[in-house]
Amino acid sequence: MKLFEYRGKELFDKYGIAVPNGRLVKDINDFSGLNFPFVLKAQVPIGGRGKAGGIKSAENLKDAKEKFSKIMGMDIKGYTVRKVLAEEKVDIKKELYLSITLDRSKRMPLIMASVEGGMDIESVPDEKIFKEWVNPLIGIQPFHVRGIVSKLKLEKEDGKEVAKVISKIYKLFREYDCELVEINPLIIKKDGGVMALDSKVNINDDAMYRHTDIEPEIVELTPLEKDAKEKGIAFIQLDGNIGVIANGAGLTMATLDALTNYNGKGGVFLDLGGTDDPEKVKQAFSLMKKAKPKVIFLNLFGGITRCDTVAKGVKEVITKEGIDCPVITRIKGCNEDQAKDILKDAGLITGTTLQDAAQKSSDLAR
Amino acid sequence: MAIFADKSSKVLVQGATGHQGVFHIGAMKEFGTNVVAGVTPGKGGQEVEGVPIFNDVFDGVSETGANTSLILVPARFAKDAVFESLDAGIKTIVVITENIPFHDAMEFVHYSKYKGAVLIGPNCPGIASPGKTKIGILPGQIFKEGYVGVASRSGTLTYEIVNSLTEKGIGQSTCVGLGGDPIIGTTFIDSLNAFEKDSETKSIVLVGEIGGTAEEEAAEHIKEHISKPVYAFIAGRTAPPGKRMGHAGAIIARGKGTAESKIKAFEKAGVKVAKFPTDIADLIE
Repeated sequence: MKLFEYRGKELFDKYGIAVPNGRLVKDINDFSGLNFPFVLKAQVPIGGRGKAGGIKSAENLKDAKEKFSKIMGMDIKGYTVRKVLAEEKVDIKKELYLSITLDRSKRMPLIMASVEGGMDIESVPDEKIFKEWVNPLIGIQPFHVRGIVSKLKLEKEDGKEVAKVISKIYKLFREYDCELVEINPLIIKKDGGVMALDSKVNINDDAMYRHTDIEPEIVELTPLEKDAKEKGIAFIQLDGNIGVIANGAGLTMATLDALTNYNGKGGVFLDLGGTDDPEKVKQAFSLMKKAKPKVIFLNLFGGITRCDTVAKGVKEVITKEGIDCPVITRIKGCNEDQAKDILKDAGLITGTTLQDAAQKSSDLAR
Repeated sequence: MAIFADKSSKVLVQGATGHQGVFHIGAMKEFGTNVVAGVTPGKGGQEVEGVPIFNDVFDGVSETGANTSLILVPARFAKDAVFESLDAGIKTIVVITENIPFHDAMEFVHYSKYKGAVLIGPNCPGIASPGKTKIGILPGQIFKEGYVGVASRSGTLTYEIVNSLTEKGIGQSTCVGLGGDPIIGTTFIDSLNAFEKDSETKSIVLVGEIGGTAEEEAAEHIKEHISKPVYAFIAGRTAPPGKRMGHAGAIIARGKGTAESKIKAFEKAGVKVAKFPTDIADLIE
């Protein structure tokens, strides 16, 4: 779960990392207690908001009202701005980059730092990013911190302050099950000390159960995706017109891929998982219907899951609730013959192979 | 021979008395797996499909000589279960459980290395060496004894590929499900090294998907260290960036982990990449 900037900063504050003076602003009359000049920042869970006009500085009250009205409600890459953070400006001596992510290959937290702060880290050349990996069994040690800080070549006092922040974000990263903690920029102030001007904190969804103090935010999902999530179905909306239902994430992806060989394009990824529970199959189909695909392609491989049980569920939904688009099926594995009979009986089109069914689906979707 | 699991595997099942445990103990025994013990705290003394249940792994190991553990416990108890197994001296651990927090997986992966154990998963279907043993939830009927080694990040897609191999008369030495999570214990490279050494394996099939750089690293490794022919399939050519495609690890993040990059890396390493999962069998013939 990606936290909004202001919520990430609440966590920074909790861990003793300095952040600018500021707060959320509700409306154009809500600026009391803030000292000019300050910056108004759109709260969206995506990068590039500065370029999109989501960050503006305000010199006086009139200016602030005008700019607030522009930012609140604006659209940034598909996200409507509903929260605006106001923060007092700080005099900057130096901008640094600092982050901790999960290195999938080494299976360790990876600390990255650079003196090229304030810009997209993707555009910083590799030799200017300094890295340290921390084995989780030993945790962060002074040598890790020294390894990073010495390469940044900062003035002694500044280096000491940055070192403290590194240890603090490591603690936050581990204690809150983060996938990412990023401070870009981490600034060194003209009058001394360091401060986090931005925050990106991403918490592992599977660990949310042990962080009950973090209120869940489901802002990245479409209403149908949200509905599916509540029902425990893996459902993703894509930009094509063929709804794919398969069992297993890999098979569902491979089925979507197969369509492109016949100029078809998937509109929905729906993974039934290992279930053959008729109730779940029913829910899956009703979700799929709501996404209004032109064609539904059901691709099942029965391993432990029995194809005939799934087929029964499918038949029940279709005969009871009807369906207003063609359904192509391709069934393989455990009890496939019984399943094929059941689906034929329900009036569905069966493909012989994955290729055949993918072609039929793509042709019908044109 | 086979890799990671064979006739000498004496299997202890953690989470043995639940619905999944009971079903899969039965299915494994039918396949020929030597299931020697089950563990469910508080249910010691019971039996499941003729297998004695113990309160903890230490008792299970000392009473039965179990050397391999299969973890079927819910996600929030998985870390504890793996640590318990490792401390009880188990040397091969297969973690089926999905939705385990990444930080937990990171800890038990490193602890298993420290203990010198092989850890497969999490979020995987397990491992099968046809004619010898099956540790996990893979469907037994799709396998056939033979010479192709399979390592995969996906479950059902692997069954599909293995089934198509079997239908064409191509048997398998070992099929190992590595898991769909970003943090996994046994990688493609570990599997490649084991298959390279295994006298029963003549060729290797890798089933990858979007997310991470495991396939690219495997491709580099193949160039230098693997002499046996390798074939591959990559799922997710049409997946959009930034979306988790069902598996926690299947995500194109910050431009990394695309199918194109993986396919290119494999082709550069001389690995034939199939267009459809069911085509792998034709490539091998």
